[in-house]
Amino acid sequence: MVGDDPWKEAQRAMTICNACRYCEGFCAVFPAMELRRTFTPSDLMYLSNLCHNCRACYYACQYAPPHQFMLNVPRAMAELRSLTYREMAVPRALGRLMGKSSLFTSIAVLSATLLTVSTTLWSVPEEVLFSSWRGEGAFYRVIPYPSMVLPFCILFAWAIWTVGASLLRFWKKMGQDLGSLLDPRFHLKALRDVASLRYLGGGGHGCNYPGERFSHARRWLHQLVFWGSLLCLASTAIAAFYDHFLQWKAPYPLWSLPVSLGILGGAGILAGSCGLMLLKVRMDPVPSDPKTLGMDISLLSVLSLICASGFLLLWLRDTGTMGILLAVHLGIVGGFFLSIPLGKLVHGPYRYLALVRNAIEQMGNDRQHEPT
Amino acid sequence: MAFDGRRDLAKEVFSSEGRALSGQNMGAMADVDVLVIGGGNAALCAAITARERGASVLMVECASREMRGGNSRHTRNLRMLHDEPTPYLTGAYLEEEFWEDLLSVTQGQTNEQLARMVIRESKGLGPWMEAHGCMFQPPLKGTLHLSRTNAHFLGGGKALINSYYRTAERLGVRILYDTEAVGIELQGGLFHKAILRGKGSEDALVAKSVVVASGGFQANLEWLEQHWGERARNFLVRGTPFNKGTMLRALLELGARPIGDPTQCHAVAIDARAPKFDGGIVTRLDCIPLGIVVNKQCRRFYDEGENFWPKRYAIWGRLVAEQPEQVAFCIIDSKSLELFIPSVFPPFEAYSIASLAQQLGLDPEGLERTVSEFNMSVKPGRFDPTVLDDCHTVDLDPPKTHWARPLDVPPFYAYPLRPGITFTYFGVEVDEKARVIFSEGGPAPNIFAAGEIMAGNILGRGYLAGFGMTIGTVFGKIAGREAAVHGRG
Repeated sequence: MVGDDPWKEAQRAMTICNACRYCEGFCAVFPAMELRRTFTPSDLMYLSNLCHNCRACYYACQYAPPHQFMLNVPRAMAELRSLTYREMAVPRALGRLMGKSSLFTSIAVLSATLLTVSTTLWSVPEEVLFSSWRGEGAFYRVIPYPSMVLPFCILFAWAIWTVGASLLRFWKKMGQDLGSLLDPRFHLKALRDVASLRYLGGGGHGCNYPGERFSHARRWLHQLVFWGSLLCLASTAIAAFYDHFLQWKAPYPLWSLPVSLGILGGAGILAGSCGLMLLKVRMDPVPSDPKTLGMDISLLSVLSLICASGFLLLWLRDTGTMGILLAVHLGIVGGFFLSIPLGKLVHGPYRYLALVRNAIEQMGNDRQHEPT
Repeated sequence: MAFDGRRDLAKEVFSSEGRALSGQNMGAMADVDVLVIGGGNAALCAAITARERGASVLMVECASREMRGGNSRHTRNLRMLHDEPTPYLTGAYLEEEFWEDLLSVTQGQTNEQLARMVIRESKGLGPWMEAHGCMFQPPLKGTLHLSRTNAHFLGGGKALINSYYRTAERLGVRILYDTEAVGIELQGGLFHKAILRGKGSEDALVAKSVVVASGGFQANLEWLEQHWGERARNFLVRGTPFNKGTMLRALLELGARPIGDPTQCHAVAIDARAPKFDGGIVTRLDCIPLGIVVNKQCRRFYDEGENFWPKRYAIWGRLVAEQPEQVAFCIIDSKSLELFIPSVFPPFEAYSIASLAQQLGLDPEGLERTVSEFNMSVKPGRFDPTVLDDCHTVDLDPPKTHWARPLDVPPFYAYPLRPGITFTYFGVEVDEKARVIFSEGGPAPNIFAAGEIMAGNILGRGYLAGFGMTIGTVFGKIAGREAAVHGRG
């Protein structure tokens, strides 16, 4: 970076890139850049969140260091993304905590786990907690149904409110009205881009990650985490349906939908997160924002912990350790929900909105070029 | 491909990653079948081809690993012959049209036999390039005007050479960065050894054959000064600072036959604020046909609207070079600001011509006079930048024959211009086997040349987008093939 101000640096970078345009085949950022001649903070915030950090433009750049232009687009964009998460955060105090995201995530997860375990130890009689329970409703014998569901409803509402409000702010900051957010065509396009992680494809050959070589490794590992998470969500939703509407209480047998989806999803998250962490250790640090490394690792670690504790619980759920393991697992999940608004997970919805914005811009732009 | 293990260079001396030469390494340097001098597209094509034919290959690149690739790192596409559309080329581009295009830019300064060979050979380049790591980009909005004739590399020339370097390393080509070949020694009319200079050390390397692909001399300002005088000091070099012409001079001193006019170079008018070297594509300015261009004395000196910009931009380097202090200024008003591709440096901006002149260090009255003379001579017409329109001046010398609109809507903008050299035409003569031809003795059996150092055989003047890469690739492959034959036999 040439100056200290990330906004000025990103503006400088885009001005150089807009006069070159060699990278326009790699991703959505450069075609979006070409629609502009000057770059306001709102443009830059949009472009930085559209950037997937595939790094192809860094290794292909004839102006990258040691060239005197010292151009490093992926890094400039990564720095602006961190700033976006901070500046758009609701409530604003959360933005200040984001600077130490990994510290506060660890505190949240640790304290939630300790709280759950100690409350369980304190409130559940020893002979109940350490007995081996089997069959329907076993979990609720240790932790009663309302004490399991109520805190999670609150935590879920917290995550939805904070992240949702920041996203609305981001949407307005990009100069968009709410009406365009309701048009399904743009969401359809953006959802396709997300589902395939199109822009970690670097124009079809993968991204330059962890090093200069083109590779699809990051894309597939990220897909494991993403689709694994969706499977886990589906598993939870189906379990809730069984519970509420079919009066069929957990735990469910191994072959049941909730458990088998959970196993698949959990395995995906665990394998994907560990793989992404391994890549992160080996990655070239130059085209990244070193300040976000902690944030990245803490999200991947928490996801791995959730899955590992979930698998342990599944394995030992017929033994006397089930009660404590359940409390640990729920504690970690609770801490994760608490820390969502200040953790790396927010990159997903921010990038999604940038893709929706891009769909609006590109589809509108294409319409202008249709023959009349 | 069968590689003969015995032909491999001593692995303990050179790592395939490529590293700088040290005195110790130099002393232990093993002999090699093929020495490739240079590190751009032509050198890589030669090294890869020679290695695939079983020769042991050493490549010496005088730039660092980060700045490797010569002028190829600034390129974007390659012109190629094709009968039908491909995923990265539209329509068809056949031999006669290709040849006519070349003939019109060179005005006959080309060797037809070699030129037609390059044109025909360019037909098979796409699959070869892809097989060696090149990724092409489908025709996009920004590339449309060239998408029929030129295949664009995804990410541009540096991405291309990165993939070639990966291929070369995988094949076992030894690469030495920060290493310059400074001399060549012959023995009985044959190449015997080259003198290589690394960081603080110098040593000789014996090879059975050599491919010289070390570019032209456009970054050698003293050499340019011999032909252009002191004016050359004010030239900017658009590409790599490493093309000093050291090997070109060495070959000429040994008696290689020169080709091309040493006083000519491809030069365009670029932003005067560009770095001395390596400014590349972002320093170009496409606004000249939309405004007027004046020199230090506030005088216009050429018809800015003579023809479409792609057909005229290459003459403006020479035009600016002929002005006092080799500097000029393009002036536009706010009507034109958004009609050309943005450039990297912001324009000077003012609400009056006089204050713009002050910012530029020009005489305010002089510039006001030139602008008002121009404005008064403009005849109203239908302005259309996509055709040779009827907006022109009358009774003005020099005239502006198209796209002439009065400069009358402030703010006014100015871009300072200097000559920016792209490449030189002067090189060594070669035959169809890429052998360097000597005045006495004819083609040297084991000295080959490829790329800019011999491009003047085919592109003796003018410029054809992406054709330098075609010449470099075709001749690089030929040179590599022939060098391997000689190196192993």
